[in-house]
Amino acid sequence: MAPLLDVRNLVTRFYTEQGVVNAVNGISYTLEEGESLGIVGESGSGKSVSVMSLLKLIPTPPGRVEGGEVIFNGRDLLKLSRSEMRRVRGREITMIFQDPMTSLNPVLTIGRQMTEGLKLHLGMNDSQARKRAAEMLDLVGIPGAEDRLSDYPHQFSGGQRQRIMIAMSLSTNPALLIADEPTTALDVTIQAQIVELVKQLQEKLGMAIIWITHDLGVVAGMVEKLAVLYAGYIVEQGSVFDIYEQPAHPYTLGLLQSLPKVDAREQTRLASIEGLPPDLRQEFDYCPFAPRCPYVIDKCWEENPPLMATGRDQASACWRWETVLTEKSRFGVEEV
Amino acid sequence: MSQENGQGDKEVLLSVRNLKKHFPIHRGVFRRQVGAVRAVDGVSFDIYQGETLGLVGESGCGKSTTGRTILQLLEPTEGEVYFNDKNLVDMGKSELRRQRRNMQMIFQDPYASLNPRLTVGGIVAEPLEVHSIGNNKERRERVKDLLQLVGLNAYFIKRYPHEFSGGQRQRIGVARALATNPSFIVADEPISALDVSIQAQVVNLLDDLKAELGLTYLFIAHDLSMVRYISDRVAVMYLGKIVELSDRDEVYDHPLHPYTQALLSAIPIPDPKKEAQRQRIILEGTVPSPANPPSGCRFHPRCQYATEICNEVDPEFRNLGTGAEPHFVACHHAEKFL
Repeated sequence: MAPLLDVRNLVTRFYTEQGVVNAVNGISYTLEEGESLGIVGESGSGKSVSVMSLLKLIPTPPGRVEGGEVIFNGRDLLKLSRSEMRRVRGREITMIFQDPMTSLNPVLTIGRQMTEGLKLHLGMNDSQARKRAAEMLDLVGIPGAEDRLSDYPHQFSGGQRQRIMIAMSLSTNPALLIADEPTTALDVTIQAQIVELVKQLQEKLGMAIIWITHDLGVVAGMVEKLAVLYAGYIVEQGSVFDIYEQPAHPYTLGLLQSLPKVDAREQTRLASIEGLPPDLRQEFDYCPFAPRCPYVIDKCWEENPPLMATGRDQASACWRWETVLTEKSRFGVEEV
Repeated sequence: MSQENGQGDKEVLLSVRNLKKHFPIHRGVFRRQVGAVRAVDGVSFDIYQGETLGLVGESGCGKSTTGRTILQLLEPTEGEVYFNDKNLVDMGKSELRRQRRNMQMIFQDPYASLNPRLTVGGIVAEPLEVHSIGNNKERRERVKDLLQLVGLNAYFIKRYPHEFSGGQRQRIGVARALATNPSFIVADEPISALDVSIQAQVVNLLDDLKAELGLTYLFIAHDLSMVRYISDRVAVMYLGKIVELSDRDEVYDHPLHPYTQALLSAIPIPDPKKEAQRQRIILEGTVPSPANPPSGCRFHPRCQYATEICNEVDPEFRNLGTGAEPHFVACHHAEKFL
């Protein structure tokens, strides 16, 4: 059976006055029905742009999706017209964002905002839509759901607003939910509530999830598959268990070792990845991580490595993945 | 509530006693005071010479206000702060200014805390000018030394903040804090605006500087993993009060306050196997408003162990550890978790 989502060789560039920014450089992944994928990267790695691209939400100009295919349920989304795309967005694919305050309209009631999509996409009438909206609010754990439909966003706490966003995005029963750092603005105890809620809802409703984050902790318990982005490339992808157990790319390894361990008495000095992420206004004919990599060899400067299968459920874009897998970490105690 | 017993070998650098900071709420035409946000509501603790005390809590718990009130950047409503045995709260202005040399702050946002119109040299030299330390030439030499100390090139001195990345800016902020050779530094969420791979760079730098210069830190953060890494002792705050305070490993391995337990269980662990087996304590609801905190124990509306007494009596902050290894906790039922 064909996968629910098949992204092939996606390329997105931004044409700015300062030059052409290569934000997404040919990334590919698939997602089965009901599966969950984590996209991990730091700021500027292209994690949000890659997903905005497949929903055709890139502001054009300056941005342009310049290549690739996004096969969703048998159709190439990149070839759809604006109105066709609008029927996909908000109905078959929905999104939740980092800041629930800015993604809700402050001058409209929650009820108005929640019923809008239901009427538009599912052709419900007013009372049907209100009923469905109240059911959804109830499902995400907002007490007194029916009465609260007439409240405004500012009358809810940050965690509740994110619950409302989740209720809204799941009310049309989408096949795919894209969550763009939905817990980053929230406190850790509220984050735990939201992660738990999304997990339960996925079990109940069966949608596929793409969870975009910079936090390797949050996705560890959340998703089955992982894609690690660096400079607009997927540098490592595969099963979340294999990657966390034995990363096959130096960047993933460095990231994992730069995290302090909250559950360990022995606190070893944090590994730090020296230097900064690269300027994306260049074409990479070498490995984009090479300038910061302790495993670098001449070949890394000569050719940008493609993703290579490691034999486990994992692929790494590193010429030296075997060394990274087998050798003791080289991210060590460097003097600052 | 003396904490000196048993810790006799360690020297107390800073002592906070019953510190309160209330922000008045004004309403109406006559701006009458109708209430107060009790951001910090009676906290007491000591910081020992050469240690890092981690202060953790969620947003709005008063941890940043505590840091600023200690440094007298905010005027305390009540309480005392003894720094080297001198009470900063009733100190005269000029003497307080002299003391400020010894206490500096590193801020959260490396973009907002550096003046964009000053060069790096100007930014780092500013504290030296304020305190009339050295002449121009000496200051310039000092700034160059400081930049090198925090891992930046001395020739950056003529550049402006916008030319630097977040991690580099935070290094500039650290250099500025160190300019007057302070012994005590309040670091208020110094890494939370930085990317993961850069966070480790800055934390390692703070760690190295502490060892090299014999600094004492109050490290304020919401990231509990990082606090465990960097701190010697940890204090947990909830709604204006410290609810638990002990040695780092004691707090993380044997938390005695239900809030600390919930907080620790909520931290995501970057290991899918451990995550799959974990039992989470999911707290209901959100933190109540500090303008109108719950009666008795402030945590009781969200606490699964709450009984009648929790609703009525504010629990004492008491030592359930030993004299040599104190473990302070403010919970009526803490014995249950011993």
